[in-house]
Amino acid sequence: MDFSFSEEQKLLKDSIDRFLEKNYSFELRQSMIDERQTMSAEVWQGLAGLGVLGVPFSDKYGGFGGGGIETMLIMESLGNHLVIEPYLSTVVLAGGLVDRGAADWQKQIILPGIIDGTMLLSFAHAEPQSRFSVNHVETVAKPDGSNWVIEGKKSLVLHGPAAEKVIVSARTSGEMNDLDGVSLFIVECDEEALGGHEYPLYDGTRVLDLQLNRVKVGPDSLIGPIGKAMPLITEIIDRAVAALCAEAIGVMDRTHQMTLDYLKTREQFGVPIARFQALQHKSVDMFINLEQARSMSVLASGSLGFSSSLERSKAVAAAKDFIGRAGRSLGQEAIQLHGGMGMTQELAVGHYFKRLEAIDVMFGNSSHHRREFANFDGQDNPVEYTQPRKKWKQI
Amino acid sequence: MDIKLSQEDEKFKNEVRDFVANKLPKDIARKVLEHRHIGKEDTGRWHAALFKKGWAAPNWPSESGGAQWTALQQHIFDEEASIAGAPRLSPFGINMIGPVLLEFGTAYQKERFLPKILSGEEWWCQGYSEPGSGSDLASLRTQAQLKEGKYIVNGQKTWTTQAHWADMMFCLVRTGQEGRKQDGISMLLIDMHHPGVEVRPISTIDGGNQEINEVWLQDVEVPAENIVGEEGRGWTIAKYLLSHERTNTAGVGASKRELAILKQIASSETLGGKPIIEDALFRDKITKLEIDLLALEWTVLRVAAVEANGEAPGPEASILKLRGTEIQQELTELQMEAIGPNALPHLPMSLEDNWIGPNVGPKYATPLASRYFNYRKVSIYGGTNEIQRNIISKRVLGL
Ligand SMILES: Cc1cc2nc3c(=O)[nH]c(=O)nc-3n(C[C@H](O)[C@H](O)[C@H](O)COP(=O)(O)OP(=O)(O)OC[C@H]3O[C@@H](n4cnc5c(N)ncnc54)[C@H](O)[C@@H]3O)c2cc1C
Repeated sequence: MDFSFSEEQKLLKDSIDRFLEKNYSFELRQSMIDERQTMSAEVWQGLAGLGVLGVPFSDKYGGFGGGGIETMLIMESLGNHLVIEPYLSTVVLAGGLVDRGAADWQKQIILPGIIDGTMLLSFAHAEPQSRFSVNHVETVAKPDGSNWVIEGKKSLVLHGPAAEKVIVSARTSGEMNDLDGVSLFIVECDEEALGGHEYPLYDGTRVLDLQLNRVKVGPDSLIGPIGKAMPLITEIIDRAVAALCAEAIGVMDRTHQMTLDYLKTREQFGVPIARFQALQHKSVDMFINLEQARSMSVLASGSLGFSSSLERSKAVAAAKDFIGRAGRSLGQEAIQLHGGMGMTQELAVGHYFKRLEAIDVMFGNSSHHRREFANFDGQDNPVEYTQPRKKWKQI
Repeated sequence: MDIKLSQEDEKFKNEVRDFVANKLPKDIARKVLEHRHIGKEDTGRWHAALFKKGWAAPNWPSESGGAQWTALQQHIFDEEASIAGAPRLSPFGINMIGPVLLEFGTAYQKERFLPKILSGEEWWCQGYSEPGSGSDLASLRTQAQLKEGKYIVNGQKTWTTQAHWADMMFCLVRTGQEGRKQDGISMLLIDMHHPGVEVRPISTIDGGNQEINEVWLQDVEVPAENIVGEEGRGWTIAKYLLSHERTNTAGVGASKRELAILKQIASSETLGGKPIIEDALFRDKITKLEIDLLALEWTVLRVAAVEANGEAPGPEASILKLRGTEIQQELTELQMEAIGPNALPHLPMSLEDNWIGPNVGPKYATPLASRYFNYRKVSIYGGTNEIQRNIISKRVLGL
């Protein structure tokens, strides 16, 4: 067991941190959001220039062959600077689906574009009625000669407004919640039959709601085998959840730091408010939440390589639940300890808090993942909790 | 980064598992798993088994007879042993005064005391707290005056765990009145069988009186060679002892055991004809706690791995006692909640293993309320959780 980072990993994190420190001010972020931009092209090119967009992909396509830990480090930095750019959508979600599911010739076309920053993609999976259920797919794709015709609705397509293509999940057989019968298609966003609208979330992320009005796609647009996409989707969503957990650590870390700085400078009753024990203890509880959340993020990202998908999903669910609760508590206390200033749009702390809240809802909130975790229990024994299965004598 | 155990550690884990399966006396394991009272004789037998194997002192260097385990090995041992139902060894000799003597003791002290701590022949207790000095320990008033090569000790210690089992006590006393109150404190090793030492049991809210005591000291004569370090250095030494407490303060192994027992009980208890573990509300409480325990466990592992790399523990180490005790308390709370009204009967004698009498409710139920009340202690002893927060706030956050 070893929790230290390699020199290469440290360099990677340092280079992103330095880049963002220099090029990604809070003011820039806010002005993009005010101007209804999904992202900044210059920042994206900058990240491509650092090689960050190619980290998880094989060098065969121009990537670096990194794993869950590298993605964790990147997401932590992005969270620390409250970056709204579509890393999760393009690299982790869509890039992940292509990388783990597509045919080699499809990868040849798409991955180099993702890596050099010229191609943006989103994943259109959630639907108006699906809430957090991953296998709820109502959108259907029907064969039409060798083509497919897709019809249905997709909602909350993250960073969709910036995307050139979306990867759409659709049912090619079976009933609404069946695990079998879901397929993935690449759809060009300029497709005529693709309707919809874009809007912002409370954390500044811009999204799309899509209406697929009999969108016709060719056989080449299919990713992976027909009807067998669910295990891939589950795996990639686990990766996205682990990535969001890591981002949350970056957000929490900065939020905690900002709060400590504020406590040391703000004066009331003639002393810095850091002198008040009630506030000291709250700060300690924030710190406790942060450090344990960090452990859970490491567990989630570290488990992505596990051979058992159950073990992986269980670790990821535990992390998302814990980080959801810890993040909310830390965020709420941060606002409280800033007093009136915490309520203002002007100060960064409120925006960090909102990002934590948004992260909790994305791909299943705390309660959802706690339920999942409980349901996994007994299916397998990955964490060895059930050891002394003693039979109690009844009297 | 590698979050799996190394092959070597896996091997160690299996070795521990085998050892515990073969050498942990079955009657003791049963008592632990059934939450019965664990006596001095039980603890001693387990200590002896470990001593025979060379595992009595996990964190002592091997030249002093210790196992010299890494923090991770200690964690693995703690987990395997606890889950199988091993009782906690008395910490005062092995974990507390042992490392202090290894660091500050004279050649005489090492030779006289360490072997008997290791073998379990001599039992120790910790004489720090006094009626007027708890969190503000440095205000302690027990006096020691040097006269003709002997310290004459007068005063009162309290809350002294296992004083009624102990042969020796490491004791903080006041040897000087000048300067800062911390500077007048020294550490003495006091023979509990000496004239003038009187131990009086304290009854506790769980209904027992076999855990903590008052220790009255009247003109107790302590040979001057029994002072640890120099006169006036007691406070520094006491702080060293605190900083030496390792990751096992979190008690993850025992909490995993208690979680398994909780699930077991919640599978037996019913609500509306169904096991209460299937009740959404109760199930959620268990799951939350299980995930909280997982977060603590992975923090412990992070701390242990840092130590294994030979680095000083990071700031995250400071939260282990706090979170560990909160989780231990929640476990006792949920176990008690799981049994509903069966928690109410108060039968302290049923905690004794040899008690035969009618059980009220299922056998597992009787000890649970008593245990819940007893476990309120864990956030009080060893520095209250408020004091822990003060320390983290000052040392780690710089507030
Ligand atoms: C079961 C048990 C076993 C024990 N075993 C031993 C033993 O073997 N040897 C030994 O020496 N001692 C032992 N103790 C004593 C223990 O260390 C003390 O009880 C503890 O340090 C608290 O001191 P106190 O009881 O005097 O409480 P107090 O210090 O009076 O505290 C009362 C309350 O005030 C709070 N408080 C005090 N100061 C502050 C502050 N500055 N900021 C915020 N809150 C504060 C405390 O957190 C607590 O909530 C044991 C205690 C128990 C319960």
